[in-house]
Amino acid sequence: MRTIHASRITQAVSELYTESSYVIGDDVRAAIDAARETEPSPAGRSTLDQISENYRIAAAERVAICQDTGMAVLFAEVGQDVHIEGPAFEEAVQQGVRDAYLNGYLRKSIVADPLFGRVNTKDNTPAVIHARIVPGDRIRLTAVAKGFGSENMSALRMLTPAEGVQGVKRFLLETVEKAGPNPCPPVIIGMGIGGSFESAAMMAKRATALPLDHSNPNPQYKALEDGLLRAVNDLGIGPGGTGGVTTALKVHIIQAPTHIAGLPVAINICCHAARHATVTI
Amino acid sequence: MKTVHLNLPLDEAAVRSLRAGDTVTLTGSIITGRDAAHKRLVELIDRDEPLPVPLAGETIYYVGPAPASPGHAVGSAGPTTSYRMDSYTPKLLAQGLRAMIGKGLRSREVIEAMKTYGAVYFGAVGGAAALIARSIVSSEVIAYPDLGPEAIHRFQVKVFPAIVLIDSFGSNLYETGPKLYRKSDL
Repeated sequence: MRTIHASRITQAVSELYTESSYVIGDDVRAAIDAARETEPSPAGRSTLDQISENYRIAAAERVAICQDTGMAVLFAEVGQDVHIEGPAFEEAVQQGVRDAYLNGYLRKSIVADPLFGRVNTKDNTPAVIHARIVPGDRIRLTAVAKGFGSENMSALRMLTPAEGVQGVKRFLLETVEKAGPNPCPPVIIGMGIGGSFESAAMMAKRATALPLDHSNPNPQYKALEDGLLRAVNDLGIGPGGTGGVTTALKVHIIQAPTHIAGLPVAINICCHAARHATVTI
Repeated sequence: MKTVHLNLPLDEAAVRSLRAGDTVTLTGSIITGRDAAHKRLVELIDRDEPLPVPLAGETIYYVGPAPASPGHAVGSAGPTTSYRMDSYTPKLLAQGLRAMIGKGLRSREVIEAMKTYGAVYFGAVGGAAALIARSIVSSEVIAYPDLGPEAIHRFQVKVFPAIVLIDSFGSNLYETGPKLYRKSDL
C-alpha cells in the first residue's frame, strides 16, 4: 500500500491543465509544420502559418492557445494499492481544475444547468472524470481540455454489423463533411468502435489524446486508420475549411469487443489546438 | 495573395467591393457578442426596445475572450463557431449590422439577409487566439457584464487578420475553396 495525499493530485491536475493550455504537444506542432510543406492551397498555407505562429506566441507568453480553454475531462487510472489521504479523490481533481482556471487566466466556460438558466459556474468546474481501478501503486492522470467547437461536431451512431467497414467509412466521411470548417481543421479524429453506447464514446475521447506518432497495434486497424485519413483528406475541406488537402492530421481508432447485434461507432473530433497532457504520480 | 487594408466602420459601398476569398486586415472599432448576448439583443428587438449598443454600421466579432493576464489588453481571443448565432443574425442585419467575424458555416437565411442588407462575413483563423489577441489594442465591457466572457465588449483592433468567407452577393469561400481540392465523393 502506497499513500498519496490528495493535495498531490490537486497540484498535478492544476499543472496539467495550465501547461497544456499554453504549450501544444511537440507531435502536433511537428505535424502542422509538415503539413505546411505539402499543402497546395495558398489560403490553407496561410492558416497553417497562423496556427504555427499562434503555438509559438502562446508558449512564449504563457497565454491560452485558444480562448476556448475547454471543458476539463480527466482520465484517471488509479492503482489498487494506492491509499489516497485527505479530501476525496474527485474533490481533489475538481480543486485542481478550479486552481488552474482561476489562476491561469483560462476562460471559464461551464454552465451549471444545460437547459434552464445556463449560469456560469465561474471556475470551470465540474470536470468530467473517468476513473478506472488498475493494478499497481501509482496514479496515472490524462487531462484533456476539450473545446466545444470540435466537440459539437462529434457524433455517435449504432451501426448494424452488416454495415461493417464500409459503414464505418461512410459515417466518418458524412460526419467530417457535415462539420466542414466548424471544428477548426486540421483536426485529429478519435474513433471508438465496438463496446457499448457509452464506452464507444469514451474510447473515441481517449483516442483523441493519443500521440500522433501512435498507430493502432492491430495491422487491420492500422490500415483502416491510414485509409480513413486519406479518405478524409480527399474531401478537400483543408485548413480552416477554405480548401486544401490537410483536413485531418490523424485518425486514431480504439476498438473493443461488442455484442453480436451491434456495431457502435463514436467519432470525437478534436481541433488543431489539441490540448492534453499525462502525468504519473 | 493581395491584402486589402480596411478601416472600420465599413459603409455599404466598402462592403459591396469585397469578394469571397479576399485577404483583409481590419483596423478600428468592433463589438463582441456570442450566444447569450445574441439571445438578449434579439429579445429586445422583438419587444421593440432600445439596444444597449446601436448596431447600424457595426462589425461584430463572435468571441468569448480568455481573461487578460498582466501586460495584455485582452486574453486569447479567437473566433467561435458562427452557426450558433444564425437563428438571431437576420434580425441583427436588419438593424444595420454591417459585418461579422467568425468561423464556420452560415445558414441560407443569414446569407440571404447579407445580400439584402449589404453585409459581409469575415473569417479569422479558429484557434489562432493568442496571435489574434495581438491585434486587439483595447477592450472594455459595454453591455451584459453578468455574462462574463459572453458580455458585449468594445475592442479597438489594429491590422486584425481576416479573410472574406461570404461576400454581400452570397459567394461563399467554404463552397468554392474545397471544390478545388476535393478528390472523393461520398
